[in-house]
Amino acid sequence: MSIKVADILAHPTSNTEGPADPGRRDFIHIAATTVALGGIAAVAWPLVDQMNPAADTLAVASIEFDIAKVALGQQVEIIWRKQPVFIRHRTPAEIAKAVAADHASDLKDPELDSQRVKPGHAEWLIVLASCTHLGCVPTFAQGEYGGWLCPCHGSQYDTSARIRKGPAPKNLVVPEYAFIGPTKVKIG
Amino acid sequence: MSDHPSTYQPGSAIERWLDTRLPIVRFGADLMTFPTPRNLNYWYTFGGILAFCLGVQIVTGIVLAMHYDASGAGAFLSVNRGIMRDVNYGWLIRGLHANGASMFFIAVYLHILRGLYYGSYKAPREVLWLLGCVIYVLMMATAFMGYVLPWGQMSFWGAKVITSLFGAFPVIGKPLTALLWGGFAVDDPTLNRFFSLHYLLPFVIAAVVGLHIWALHVPGNNNPVGIEVKSKADTLPFHPYYTVKDLFAISVFMILFAVFVFFMPEALGKVDNQVMADPLKTPAHIVPEWYLLPFYAILRAIPDKLLGVLGLAGALGVLFALPWLDFSKVKSMRYRPTYRTFFFVWIVACAALGWCGSQEPDGQIIKGFAGPIFIDYDINSVTWLSRIASLYYFAYFLVITPLLGLIETPLPVPDSLFTPVLSHPAGVPVGAAAAPETKG
Ligand code: HEM
Ligand code: FES
Repeated sequence: MSIKVADILAHPTSNTEGPADPGRRDFIHIAATTVALGGIAAVAWPLVDQMNPAADTLAVASIEFDIAKVALGQQVEIIWRKQPVFIRHRTPAEIAKAVAADHASDLKDPELDSQRVKPGHAEWLIVLASCTHLGCVPTFAQGEYGGWLCPCHGSQYDTSARIRKGPAPKNLVVPEYAFIGPTKVKIG
Repeated sequence: MSDHPSTYQPGSAIERWLDTRLPIVRFGADLMTFPTPRNLNYWYTFGGILAFCLGVQIVTGIVLAMHYDASGAGAFLSVNRGIMRDVNYGWLIRGLHANGASMFFIAVYLHILRGLYYGSYKAPREVLWLLGCVIYVLMMATAFMGYVLPWGQMSFWGAKVITSLFGAFPVIGKPLTALLWGGFAVDDPTLNRFFSLHYLLPFVIAAVVGLHIWALHVPGNNNPVGIEVKSKADTLPFHPYYTVKDLFAISVFMILFAVFVFFMPEALGKVDNQVMADPLKTPAHIVPEWYLLPFYAILRAIPDKLLGVLGLAGALGVLFALPWLDFSKVKSMRYRPTYRTFFFVWIVACAALGWCGSQEPDGQIIKGFAGPIFIDYDINSVTWLSRIASLYYFAYFLVITPLLGLIETPLPVPDSLFTPVLSHPAGVPVGAAAAPETKG
């Protein structure tokens, strides 16, 4: 039923003689329930939101890394924001292989190799070392594409860390980073 | 049954006084005299065994929590050095708790199979069945979070993979995993909240068990014949008939439990979990605990992230939906031979899924034979076996069950629970002539 404010105003005092006014009852029920639900929501949100990353967790800012330490064909794994990151010094053969596959039909998440590295630094591939399926750390130099193979459910990535086969939906994520010197990168 | 009249007589003045204020003794006494079908077999003892398991987990868990340190740096040592070596009898208490979880699942699986076989999910027991499904899901959540607590390699990577499942959902996936982790990845905040929830959930389970038993006492037990109790002659009081039967079954179960705890405490564990969690290195072959393997196999069988997660959830969902998928009025599979055959095949499919879940996805079924590749995998691979078994798993619930409910002609069902006892083959008088040692 619809309640009109005018109806309520028309009965300013309690209605002792005659039947109780159902319109007023409903209004009180709806108003009280609305306030109660608002109150519950106001309490529930902090209880849920406290589960989200705390300020000190979010505060872990960017890191710098000296890539001179990584020899050609080598890869290091570092931790950034609690997540493992691969810094791979690719060989010309790996780069050539990645570029050659730029338009392969089995790319599930098509990207050019050049979009995944910084201009002029094609030998450096920096990606989060978390399989985009369920987060395991893939192993290098395994699988059919010369790149990574995830030990958990068999996702295979190529030498540009693009997903080629298996259940993972996306390429390994390229984090935000920049070269801040000839041999220095800043991640984050 | 809810109309079971109370026969409790307060024996003393104190009991009379209490009975008019809080009739708790009457409540217990009425549970003991509850009329129970006279033909319950040993498959019906797993309810009692499960109550025993929950008690063991709670008692040993509370004790473990006194020595446990829920921090990334301390957890592994507090369990593997503190509890296992230094705490008096810590090895025993952890052995009971860790193996107790497996025992709990053995019992719950047999309990569920019992319910499936005797049609206990059908009217008027749908709510009872649904509450059981809720308990099962809560048990899996509890056991999963418990397994994370020792913070070994399997703990860590299991946590990572399972929490990442929630990331498969579009839009809400990413915020949801951040909410679960309390960070950018599985880390200290995750461990802390899992400890908190691992402590809480068993008590939630205990509460749902209370509802489960309440829902049991409204229609009363189902039974192997699957027809409802018609008269008092069909029943026996719960005590002493079934208290003793349950206690005997629990004792036998404790022997099995003790064999694991004392002679093979690590048989169900994984060596990788003896290595402290390392967020940089995934173990070569990660597998969940045995009781989650069939679901894990379904997840891996599907070559798409979101569909895989939905398949896993759907495998549980069909259990919830079962009361409305089976149209047959006959409950017990004793009288449904066709359905029974499909049911046994379903058990084999579940076992096959369990095995597949423990193997590498590329592993060959027939060693040394390479078949053609179809949808990413060799047809002679573990993945294809899981695909076929998953398909059967779902077909059993979504096609076979509804269809057979409509077309299968069941065998004649006895009129009362008493008749199958009396209607032995002609000429063999029941009881009297048979030697006691050859009786059922
Ligand atoms: C439904 C009941 C429960 C189940 C299925 C369960 C399951 C588990 C499992 C599988 C583990 C890992 C064991 C290992 O590999 O070491 C574990 C660990 C643990 N649980 Fe539970 N648990 C239950 C109840 C409880 C309760 C009620 C508490 C506390 C009040 C508790 C406290 C702990 C602690 C402190 C650990 C870490 C120590 C250890 O790993 O042994 N659990 N639980
Ligand atoms: S986590 Fe990498 S394939 Fe599943």
